[in-house]
Amino acid sequence: MGMPPAGALLAAENLSWAAGGPLLFEDLSVTVRAADLVEVRGPNGSGKSTLLRCLAGLLAPRTGRVARRCAIDYVGHRPGVCERMTAVENLLWLARLRGFADCDPRAALDAAGLGAVRHDVCGALSAGQTRRAALARLPLGAAHVWLLDEPLAALDESGAGILRGLLASHRQRGGAAVCATHRSLGADAGAPPLPAPRTVRLGA
Amino acid sequence: MRLFWTQLRRDLLITARGPAEAANPLVFFVLCAAVFGVVAQTAGERLVGHGVVWVLALFANVLAAESLFWRDYEDGTLEQMLIHARPFFPVALGKLAAHWLACGLPIVVLSPLASFVFLGSAADAWMLVVSLLVGTPALTLIGAVGAALTVGVGRGGVLLAVLVTPLQLPVLIFGVGVAAGHGADGGAFALFALAAMLAASITLAPFAVGKALAISQEY
Amino acid sequence: MATSPRRTRGWLRETFHKAGSPRWFFAGSRAWMFGLYVFGGALVLVGSVWGLAFVPPDRLQGDSFRIMFVHVPAVHVAQSVYLAIAVAGLVFLVWRMKMADMFIAAAAPVGLALTAAALATGIIWGMPTWGTGWVWDARTVSTLVLLLLFFGLVALRQAIARSERAALAVSLLAVVGVVNLPIIKYSVEWFTTLHQPPSIRLGQRPAIASVFLWPLGLNALGYYCLAGAAVIAALRTRIVEREAGADWVRQWLAGAARAKAP
Repeated sequence: MGMPPAGALLAAENLSWAAGGPLLFEDLSVTVRAADLVEVRGPNGSGKSTLLRCLAGLLAPRTGRVARRCAIDYVGHRPGVCERMTAVENLLWLARLRGFADCDPRAALDAAGLGAVRHDVCGALSAGQTRRAALARLPLGAAHVWLLDEPLAALDESGAGILRGLLASHRQRGGAAVCATHRSLGADAGAPPLPAPRTVRLGA
Repeated sequence: MRLFWTQLRRDLLITARGPAEAANPLVFFVLCAAVFGVVAQTAGERLVGHGVVWVLALFANVLAAESLFWRDYEDGTLEQMLIHARPFFPVALGKLAAHWLACGLPIVVLSPLASFVFLGSAADAWMLVVSLLVGTPALTLIGAVGAALTVGVGRGGVLLAVLVTPLQLPVLIFGVGVAAGHGADGGAFALFALAAMLAASITLAPFAVGKALAISQEY
Repeated sequence: MATSPRRTRGWLRETFHKAGSPRWFFAGSRAWMFGLYVFGGALVLVGSVWGLAFVPPDRLQGDSFRIMFVHVPAVHVAQSVYLAIAVAGLVFLVWRMKMADMFIAAAAPVGLALTAAALATGIIWGMPTWGTGWVWDARTVSTLVLLLLFFGLVALRQAIARSERAALAVSLLAVVGVVNLPIIKYSVEWFTTLHQPPSIRLGQRPAIASVFLWPLGLNALGYYCLAGAAVIAALRTRIVEREAGADWVRQWLAGAARAKAP
């Protein structure tokens, strides 16, 4: 009981959620295996963020259980970037909090296209740059499952391209991701054979 | 004139829909009365002086505690801490220590000055400094539980003070007891009691803070 | 032999689950509520008439002590209500049982009212007896703190818009408060025992004469019953409010409407 099925990195069983009224979702089960990309779709207010927060362990679902067998990482609506610290300081703080011995924030920020502003205080960054600073921490960790809530919000085309690239290489290394999104994230031309993105539809 | 009545009725209606919120200032008033009553009993003739300095330290502490977590709550770093920090206890303790160093310690250091202002001399200010040095960290730790419970609620410091100050009352009593050299042993017992409360709050408050912060993420 | 404890545990668990079901509680509580109202009302009536009219006046205080028959039960019941709230808070934090939270929401205002009554009667009593309405001693301060704690529970719930968060936060506050309550009481006792011997204290005379004890006991029990009934009534209202969407509530409402219409 409680253990995810063999090979599953993260398994949610029979989740339901009611926000003081109608059920947002009921008996929802999601199993995430290596190299999976699960896209959570649905109109505003259909419970996408709620589902991701349940998977991340920030919220307790009304019923059902979530079994996490590996490290997870979460990027929500709030980016988790302190505006009084620089992008480098933000990355290093989180890396130390998670106990990573060594990491290279500079390379990560370069890859996210933030090399030029990495020593600027994050309060001076634009919304898109802040989002990039949040996404830049993803490849630092050894997290196997990324939980991304509207990761494309505020990103421009090149930012979206960077994110797709991060996701593709993450999945090739055996990682997986669950993304709440309105635009597909799996359409990455030329990628080696990765399983096609699956879709979880909410608020049908 | 009709505009006046319209607005008056509307605002009274809003007040009636949330009576506890409207009562907050009144309860704060009662709370201050309780604080001064208790301090006056403990401090005796030193009410003006050590007693007042302690009350000021208490309120400064509560006001400062309000801002403890809201930045982390707003920018999402709190979510990251809750997800990634295992165990959470040292993180909470580190946060509170930083807060006390920034907001509590300066008050302790400057307290002889306040004693000088009120009493005209800083002769026996060292007991005041010792009592604040041991007492204000305990105030911060207890206040942090309330701050974590109300983070993002946005009702301001009055609610926080109403929630937290009753729980801080023992620290205040023994703190003033130490500062005023209260009792046959010149405050020694009060100092032990104060130290015991500090030890207890160091071990317990970070757990409560962690639980309260986790609760703050719930819908 | 081996099955009996298990069976007991099974029965306990079943009761626990049932108690957690608003529907079960709603169905069963109506009779309890009326019963407690009638029984508690009768007890208070008998106890009060006895205490006010038939007990001889006190040697020291004359007739003013008679307010004790309101004051003492109110303090006791208020303290018990806080303890019950803390237990419910723990239950809610551990098992997230909806009923535990609804109990806290229903009981906190009752406790607040009782504590306010206790303080008010204490002041009225103190004026002729102590010569002043208020003395900073252990009892007054801890009762005042209890008032503030009750108010904190009400105010915190009202301040937090999100219901689940409010419920959890209030539960945690109740638990933290009950841990602090003995410390508060002890610390207040510490400074008052050194400073100020109170002029007259009830419990410190060798014993309360048994002529006082009987009506006092009746009133205390009656207050417990009435407080219980008030909490149940408030709980029933909350259940209907919260489960308004559920089928059984709709059926009950329809039935109630039909019963009203001739």
